[in-house]
Amino acid sequence: MARYSTFSIFRNALSGQRNWQRAWRAAEAKPAYDVVIVGGGGHGLATAFYLAENHGIRNVAVLEKGYVGGGNVGRNTTVIRSNYLLDGNTQFYEFSMKLWEGMSQALNFNVMFSQRGQLVTAHSADQLDSFSHRANIMRLNGIDADILDRDDVRQLTPYLDFSDTARFPIHGAIFQGRAGTARHDAVAWGYARAADGHGVDIIQNCEVTGFVRDGEKIVGVETTKGRIGAGRVGLAVAGHTSVLGQKAGLELPIESHVLQAFVTEPLKPLVDHVVAYGADHFYVSQSDKGGLVFGGNLDGYNSYAQRGNLGVVREVAEAAIALMPSISRIRLLRHWGGVMDMTPDASPIICPTPIEGLYLNGGWCYGGFKATPASGWCFAHTIATGKPHPLIAAFGLDRFRTGHTLDEAGAGPSAWLQ
Amino acid sequence: MLRIECPCCGPRDHDEFRYGGDASLVRPAHDDPVPEAWYRYVYVRKNPVGPHREFWQHVTGCRQWLVVERDTRTHLIASVSFARKSPA
Amino acid sequence: MNSRNKRLPSGGRIDRARPVDFTFDGKKLCGFHGDTLASALLANDVALVGRSFKYHRPRGIFSAGPEEPNALVTLGTGGRREPNLPATTLELADGMAAESQNRWPSLGFDIQSVNGLFAPFLSAGFYYKTFMGPTRRAWMFYEHFIRRAAGLGRAGVDADPDQYEVRHAFCDVAVIGGGPAGLSAARAAATAGARVALIEQDFLFGGQLLSKRTDGGAAAWLATIEAELRGFENVTMMARTTAFGVYDGGVLGLVGQQGNVDPDRAGSPRQVFTMLRACSIVFAAGAIERPLVFPDNDRPGVMLASAARAYLNRFAVLPGKRVVVAITNDSAWRAAFDLAVAGAEVTVADLRPVPASYLLAEAARLGVSVRTGARIARIRGAHRVNAVTLAGPKTQADIACDLVCVSGGWSPTVHLTSHLGVRPIYRGDIDGFIPGALPASQFVAGSIAGQYATAEAVEAGHRAGVEAASFCGKSKPARAPAKLDLRDTVSTPFRDPGSAGRGKAFVDFQMDVTVADIALAHREGYESVEHLKRYTTLGMGTDQGKTSNFSALAAMAALCDATIPETGVTAFRPPYTPVAIGALAGRAVGHHFKPFRRTPMHDWHQANGAEMLEVGLWMRPWFYRNSGRDVNEAYVAEMRMVREAAGLMDISTLGKIDVQGPDAAIFLDRVYANGFAKLPVGRARYGVMLRDDGIVFDDGTTTRLSENSFFMTTSTAKAADVLSRLEFLLDTAWPELRVAVTSVSDEWAAMSIAGPKSRDLLSAALPGIDVSNEALPHMSLLESAWQGKSLRILRLSYSGERAYEVYVGASAGERLWTHLLAAGEPLGLKPYGVEALGALRVEKGHVAGPEIDGRTTLDDLGLGRMAGKRTGFVGDVLRRRPAFQAADRHRLVGLECVEEGQRLRGGAILFKLGEAIQGHGHGRITSVTYSPTLGKYIGLGLFAGDLAIEGTEVLAAYPMKKEQVRARIVSPVFLDPEGKRLRG
Repeated sequence: MARYSTFSIFRNALSGQRNWQRAWRAAEAKPAYDVVIVGGGGHGLATAFYLAENHGIRNVAVLEKGYVGGGNVGRNTTVIRSNYLLDGNTQFYEFSMKLWEGMSQALNFNVMFSQRGQLVTAHSADQLDSFSHRANIMRLNGIDADILDRDDVRQLTPYLDFSDTARFPIHGAIFQGRAGTARHDAVAWGYARAADGHGVDIIQNCEVTGFVRDGEKIVGVETTKGRIGAGRVGLAVAGHTSVLGQKAGLELPIESHVLQAFVTEPLKPLVDHVVAYGADHFYVSQSDKGGLVFGGNLDGYNSYAQRGNLGVVREVAEAAIALMPSISRIRLLRHWGGVMDMTPDASPIICPTPIEGLYLNGGWCYGGFKATPASGWCFAHTIATGKPHPLIAAFGLDRFRTGHTLDEAGAGPSAWLQ
Repeated sequence: MLRIECPCCGPRDHDEFRYGGDASLVRPAHDDPVPEAWYRYVYVRKNPVGPHREFWQHVTGCRQWLVVERDTRTHLIASVSFARKSPA
Repeated sequence: MNSRNKRLPSGGRIDRARPVDFTFDGKKLCGFHGDTLASALLANDVALVGRSFKYHRPRGIFSAGPEEPNALVTLGTGGRREPNLPATTLELADGMAAESQNRWPSLGFDIQSVNGLFAPFLSAGFYYKTFMGPTRRAWMFYEHFIRRAAGLGRAGVDADPDQYEVRHAFCDVAVIGGGPAGLSAARAAATAGARVALIEQDFLFGGQLLSKRTDGGAAAWLATIEAELRGFENVTMMARTTAFGVYDGGVLGLVGQQGNVDPDRAGSPRQVFTMLRACSIVFAAGAIERPLVFPDNDRPGVMLASAARAYLNRFAVLPGKRVVVAITNDSAWRAAFDLAVAGAEVTVADLRPVPASYLLAEAARLGVSVRTGARIARIRGAHRVNAVTLAGPKTQADIACDLVCVSGGWSPTVHLTSHLGVRPIYRGDIDGFIPGALPASQFVAGSIAGQYATAEAVEAGHRAGVEAASFCGKSKPARAPAKLDLRDTVSTPFRDPGSAGRGKAFVDFQMDVTVADIALAHREGYESVEHLKRYTTLGMGTDQGKTSNFSALAAMAALCDATIPETGVTAFRPPYTPVAIGALAGRAVGHHFKPFRRTPMHDWHQANGAEMLEVGLWMRPWFYRNSGRDVNEAYVAEMRMVREAAGLMDISTLGKIDVQGPDAAIFLDRVYANGFAKLPVGRARYGVMLRDDGIVFDDGTTTRLSENSFFMTTSTAKAADVLSRLEFLLDTAWPELRVAVTSVSDEWAAMSIAGPKSRDLLSAALPGIDVSNEALPHMSLLESAWQGKSLRILRLSYSGERAYEVYVGASAGERLWTHLLAAGEPLGLKPYGVEALGALRVEKGHVAGPEIDGRTTLDDLGLGRMAGKRTGFVGDVLRRRPAFQAADRHRLVGLECVEEGQRLRGGAILFKLGEAIQGHGHGRITSVTYSPTLGKYIGLGLFAGDLAIEGTEVLAAYPMKKEQVRARIVSPVFLDPEGKRLRG
């Protein structure tokens, strides 16, 4: 794998860009692999990379039914943060943050991880107190966190509504300076290229249609490109986990729901941070290309259609203007939907399964992107050793039976309310 | 916007309704003491790709809970009926 | 009019009697009513209009519609500043001040055009391969510069002063597109008896007919059918309205512009967002002409042939005097002919070796020179084209020109038809994509379906209109419209294999994506069209690649040696053209966004010094300003008043539910964790409901009004959820229970009188009602009337004092409130707010929102004894799960500050004394107050059950204030644990 660098760009510029190699090979499936990862999204590709990088397991295939990165890794609003409250979540997402901080160098692919800082506005003293609770937990776990007062928020984000007529006046905010955004597609491509560099086969347009069993044990997968044997199979198909899980015989506490995302026309720099509205469902950042990227709440009914409804578009627009009045004049360029695995506690499921040979990584709800590196790292460990990585000990499937749920919002077991 | 044909109020935008999830689940009897039955009812979901029977309540209309049969791929609604089959 | 005016002396659809003054980059110019900004700029001979995204190349006007990639301008200043508007879609208005964008210091001299020199290094995706060192945070340095270079126009930061409107509309047949097919469809559907909405993005109906000569048959046909349509009462003609998205349920998103030119409409909303619910839809959205790909094909002066024809015939602008028309199909010949007739010197370069003989004959008649098998090899001119080199199979020639018209064929405008997930399908005979298999309620007609000939479009439109109306059950017989045969066939375009050359050959003009970029993406394995789009940014501009999409995938297909269908198309997403976010929000801005709720006593609070606090959309008195200078002083004073005399509190926000029926008691027994079946008539009981998963859902008080009738109150926050849950259980789980539940929240005003003097005051205020301890003991009900309104007095206490909740018909709420205050004044009665209420309940150890946080169980909150050994209630089984029984489960505790001069804070993390202050600790403080009764800070918390021994000291850490304070674990009931104060 030829290294990317300023020098390589210079050299290739002089040779008319003709000598660049494929970012990853167009691999043909072998009859069998030590590990087959189902799902060529961020989590699947990261898992394959860390299987090779951390565990020396290189006889690995990643099977993707469409094109690499075509699922939620390429549809999300790219926010990366580690401001979690509950024991189990806090440490996992901070580990992920640390991996993000070295990702471009580790992959030799610029994922444009931009630690521009994220703030969530507070609109009452009580809300700011509850943010302080979160900030306290973050600090006690070695994570950066600040509580801002109204003037601090105005300094950082003068374009928010500080007028006398603001519907929900800004009282303050919680701020994480290390939070930010990354170029989502680059994460998928970067992991694909780096995994490929370790010998992992990335096989696109290869849909898994079933599982091959030897007794109770899963020993391979049936695909649209034929049967592929596998020592172990890892599922990383968030959004469609139920579909494949059921083919394997798993009963899962997951519902698929649509979350919409929005982007405006490209503008000169305006929003320098990630800003989330504490009074309603709205958050926004500005991509390096200039579009304001924003999102809101789930559409709220089971769906596998990658599109949202007009009512939510309107709700998000209303919330956007309530927080940021000048956005009224800015024009929406595109909106789309992603299919989320929603779990009853809005926390993910990564674990070995009751079925021998099958490992599960799903249930990411609307928070999977920021988890990508840690998820891959821990899932690779789990597959390689057969035991859950300590950082994902809380993310087992059993927790719903035992009551050890991790419900950050306290919203209860109706997945669509999470 | 989904358009739900409320059997009481006629076709309405879905944001007049409250979603209630999978209607194919059978709630255990109120005094069913078996944890597994409640676990399955509260947590386990078929989450089908395709036809899905689901509850919706017409909160800003007649307040009836309805069973809507809707395709999760196309969002097309095949049928709507009252969840309550007979008056108490 | 200066010498560079390109306006023709006559013709067009402009009103020469109404000149319109406008400016471009500060320069005063003049156009006419009926112009677009683009046509007016062309008329004034303005060729250079914008700069491109990446290389800052000079760009001119390329199209005459919303597909415009180049001519983007900014309008307005301050809160009205609006960037990235295509000049081709802006209806010229008096005083319009347009600015070019993405250039500095000026459009003519743009420093960043130096990027062009670095172009070899700035290939597609170059940024993925560099900017990674020297440190891990290096990107933060580079990003700063990249961000500044990127982006198009600059947005304003002020609030938008204009108004928008949201409209809900319904129709039988929605027809999208007011060209020949759409007009014909609308007419057919209307004749059939359907309610029709005809939606046209332009300010004139007619579509491509507007580009025909105004003295021909097309114009006459258009005038006739438009008049006919305006005569129908069941047709709504929506010009200036874009259908931007198709959504589930037959819902169309439309955004309509206010006409800029009609002074009568001043004061009306700037834009109207319509949610149109249509029974059926006819898509007659037309087609967009494709450019050709050749070196430097982006120079100002290069224009789509159809656009040149529109400027000539509709706007009476001759965009060039010496014109080269480079084409691959028949349609653009007509532009060449019209230009020649208008006096231009025209050369047609048709890539096809043998164009149709009738075209050659017409060319000869009009003096148009023709070069067959020829393509443009080179363009000259920096800020505007001044010559081209045409390369034929054998010859090469330089031709001086001031306009180059291009046409690579047409792409049907399939965007809307694919918003619901229907993939377009490829049709070889037109070398383009048409809509895929649509649902039964959707129809297509005209160019969108590849029916390019006007005669065919009119007929197809009629058929589609009839079918669409019939789908809605409207099928009165419709007679066909007048025929309109313009003999304007579009031949199968000859696919241009592309040409090599030194200059950049652009595929996506706005995003500066070239043929070389596509080749690079292919070389690096980004072959899927989605990868291509994401890697090169192709189609990601404000035009969403309307002109680039097909050329790009044709190029990728060629590189992959694949067919066009194998290569596929990227998904089209709404909106079709960009939509102002303000339009989508309509009037739900300012205080119309999530309007707050007011209690019946709201106006009194406002008029009497209440500082209001919003709690879940309700406005509630936080504290009263005459109680103290600030909240901290006031709430303590209000607490003292309640503990020592009496206070009055507005509790109208509580949820109130009427529960009736023979099985009401059984029902309540199942929904509450504690029993209600044995509650005597006239008595009240505090109850806690669980969720199915065993977590506490809500608490409140339910009173038995009669054998079969109960009055339930819920928390303010959960009122709607509780009612809905009760209805769910009755409708779906226990239909056999004969119970009805109804919200009566808004029917009752409610106020609480609390304090040792509350009874005296009530007797004084309500003579004739016996409120003695015997008549109305703790947890009991009295029903009566006051001034003809129902009155309920419930003796309940939240504060721990003797207290009454008084409910009265909502319209009498303020009267009773002021009556009680007046009667109580001699006893020292004053109102108190929610801050004091919250503090009073902490002193009594009552849990509320901070403790009932969606993660706590009955046992966690110290309420396990309420359920006792009961079973069969909601949440009973799962509340027994192992996690909830763990010894270190966090349970409710009381906490008191033991350090002089310190205070407790909610959100502090609790640790054992002496252990390392890190991690998650063993719990937290949930609620705190200063207790005037105890003279210190006290609080409630959730703390590990196995460590929660009363008397133990713990450390409360609050890193955000760098505080660590010692606190003692005590009983959560700080005051009157026996409840003497509230019973007597």
